[in-house]
Amino acid sequence: MRRFSTVPFSGTKEQEAELSAWLDAHKAMPGAAMPALQKAQEIYGYLPIEVQRMVADALDKPLAEIYGISTFYSQFSLCPKGEYKISVCLGTACYVKGSGKIYESLQEKLGISGGECTADGKFSLDACRCIGACGLAPVMTINDDVYGRLTGDELDDILAKY
Amino acid sequence: MYRSHVMVCGGTGCTSSGSDKIAKAFEDEIKATGLENEVCVVRTGCFGLCALGPIVVIYPEGSFYSMVKEENVKEIVDEHLLKGRPVTRLLYDETVGEDGTVKSLDETAFYKKQRRIALRNCGRIDPENIEEYIAFDGYRALGKVLTEMTPDDVIQTVLDSGLRGRGGAGFPTGRKWQLASGNRGNVQKYVCCNADEGDPGAFMDRSVLEGDPHVVIEAMAIAGYAIGATQGYVYIRAEYPIAVHRLRVAIDQAREYGLLGKNIFGTDFCFDLDIKLGAGAFVCGEETALMTSIEGKRGEPRPRPPFPAVKGLFGQPTILNNVETYANVPQIILNGADWFAGMGTARSKGTKVFALGGKIKNTGLVEIPMGTTLRTIVEEIGGGIPNGKKFKAAQTGGPSGGCIPASLIDTPIDYDNLIAIGSMMGSGGLIVMDEDTCMVDIAKFFLEFTVDESCGKCTPCRVGTKRLLELLNKITDGNGTMEDLDKIGELAEFIKANSLCGLGQTAPNPVLSTLRYFRDEYVEHIVNKRCPAGVCKALLNYQIDPVKCKGCTLCARTCPAGAIRGTVRQPHSIDTAKCIKCGACIEKCKFGAIHKG
Repeated sequence: MRRFSTVPFSGTKEQEAELSAWLDAHKAMPGAAMPALQKAQEIYGYLPIEVQRMVADALDKPLAEIYGISTFYSQFSLCPKGEYKISVCLGTACYVKGSGKIYESLQEKLGISGGECTADGKFSLDACRCIGACGLAPVMTINDDVYGRLTGDELDDILAKY
Repeated sequence: MYRSHVMVCGGTGCTSSGSDKIAKAFEDEIKATGLENEVCVVRTGCFGLCALGPIVVIYPEGSFYSMVKEENVKEIVDEHLLKGRPVTRLLYDETVGEDGTVKSLDETAFYKKQRRIALRNCGRIDPENIEEYIAFDGYRALGKVLTEMTPDDVIQTVLDSGLRGRGGAGFPTGRKWQLASGNRGNVQKYVCCNADEGDPGAFMDRSVLEGDPHVVIEAMAIAGYAIGATQGYVYIRAEYPIAVHRLRVAIDQAREYGLLGKNIFGTDFCFDLDIKLGAGAFVCGEETALMTSIEGKRGEPRPRPPFPAVKGLFGQPTILNNVETYANVPQIILNGADWFAGMGTARSKGTKVFALGGKIKNTGLVEIPMGTTLRTIVEEIGGGIPNGKKFKAAQTGGPSGGCIPASLIDTPIDYDNLIAIGSMMGSGGLIVMDEDTCMVDIAKFFLEFTVDESCGKCTPCRVGTKRLLELLNKITDGNGTMEDLDKIGELAEFIKANSLCGLGQTAPNPVLSTLRYFRDEYVEHIVNKRCPAGVCKALLNYQIDPVKCKGCTLCARTCPAGAIRGTVRQPHSIDTAKCIKCGACIEKCKFGAIHKG
């Protein structure tokens, strides 16, 4: 399910200039739409409709097609993420070792469901499919930090670090 | 020349447990002791034994340090590198004999039965240095192909070797190349590499790219020569940042050395590679969906025929192979088809890499000859099940595969045997389950995955898998009937027969295989409303054993729902109507007096 952002779009001129420059340089590349959206998400952190429209106009494609791509891939997000992005691995190896419980417990502790962001914009929580650190199962990541061999008892200490 | 090499694992597993800091600490400490001209620190790819990370191996001795911490670094440098005395206390215990002698790694149970071909350079070379790859015969196969073999010779060699695709279905690689080989030089063709490892629990492709990226580049160039293509694409998951980085470095180096680009090895052959990042869609592991995604569209599959060998990427003839398949190719060219065909079983040649995970001691990557039994993998290489629990099943093939029960643990693992017992090779995830795993819940877990990942293009998959999941939910909620089992079977067969692509055609496998081997467990959920493994919440009842309970009141104070009653030093009891089945009481009880079931 896709939730639309209720946060008003607040892109800056600099962000727009960066995206336009990239789009100008790459629009002739075959299959440019996906890399363009990846770049746009890197710049803005998510893909609000305003940004999708910029991409569609620059690549001369219907907005519907760009929207179709944005909603197809799980990496793309239509609503903003928290300052700290928590992802809990629900891949098989982690699930068998209890990551489902870790995910539930984080939802409880943060007071949000998966896919949501806390009201202060600090944490957002998502489930992900296998980051490939199966030897450390169960695993979660917060931005670029990886926490493995979780039992559930350490979650408060980990969250307190941020 | 260095007298000693400190190899620090820089794979994702060990990096996640802090190996980068350890490599830095080694570099600093080696400098501080003035050994920087004698000892060199190398960040390698994965050694395979991820459970014991971070891993550091010191050569020439081959001493294998496991679970290294930053505070151990100074001691290892002082004792081992300066004074020449390995710190046995910190070595992997299986390499230290009872008398304190240090054994070679190949003698340990984990490595003894392995045969590393696809992973041969992982942990042995610095993946960001092309010269180390060249030193271990790198690009020699490409040179041989371009200067001594015709494209048809190359295809014949790959055909004769019996190499089959390592990504899932096991289609003969040589046959695939042959189908795309017509009309060389007159049409634009493409060589693609599937590095979109979507099967949760499998990470061998990532390890190859992280530990030995040049092998993929070399093999793709060989494939390009064989079919007459000048351009290749590697489609790789954006979730693998280390692998993407190393592959980028490797491609740049190969271009610099003239091993990619125009007139390779002074011949007429030109070939170049580009990276395309995936964006998280399991269906993009399917070949036509992957190509649609490279074209920058929604990654939906399309009907075959026409097959990609005729009409693939951008409508041109295309071959697509998986990373592990490519990793075997240069060795086949160098050692010959007979060498490769001499390993494995009648119809499955060579080796296969498995990602061992779940309830097993030695989690990590293992490469074994085809035909090795599941028992050898689980009990010997994997070191068995931890905590004295019993082996219940092994799951292979991810969301497309099935569960292999304990009664079939002596099955030799190859493509055909796995299909015969209702599972499949898939990309090589092997998840071990013990008695605490509920098979209905596992079937549900995989189905939730496929429901999520179904692209929605065809109805049998989009709607069928959802209905199938609803039937399973009904059972785990305690509302199932015996007729539901028949319905599940019928619906599953329908989805398999009518879905457009491999995702839907295999999605019911986890359900069918658990139903085939663990029907009793389904029946127990339906008839007795009981989950034998104690997983399905709706069917659990918590009870206090009055004999074991000492009346310490700890559970009653812990219970968030106020469901536990009793007086001090008297056995307590749980009010099942109030109990929310959170399990907090079990965790707190010091006497093991609380059961669920």
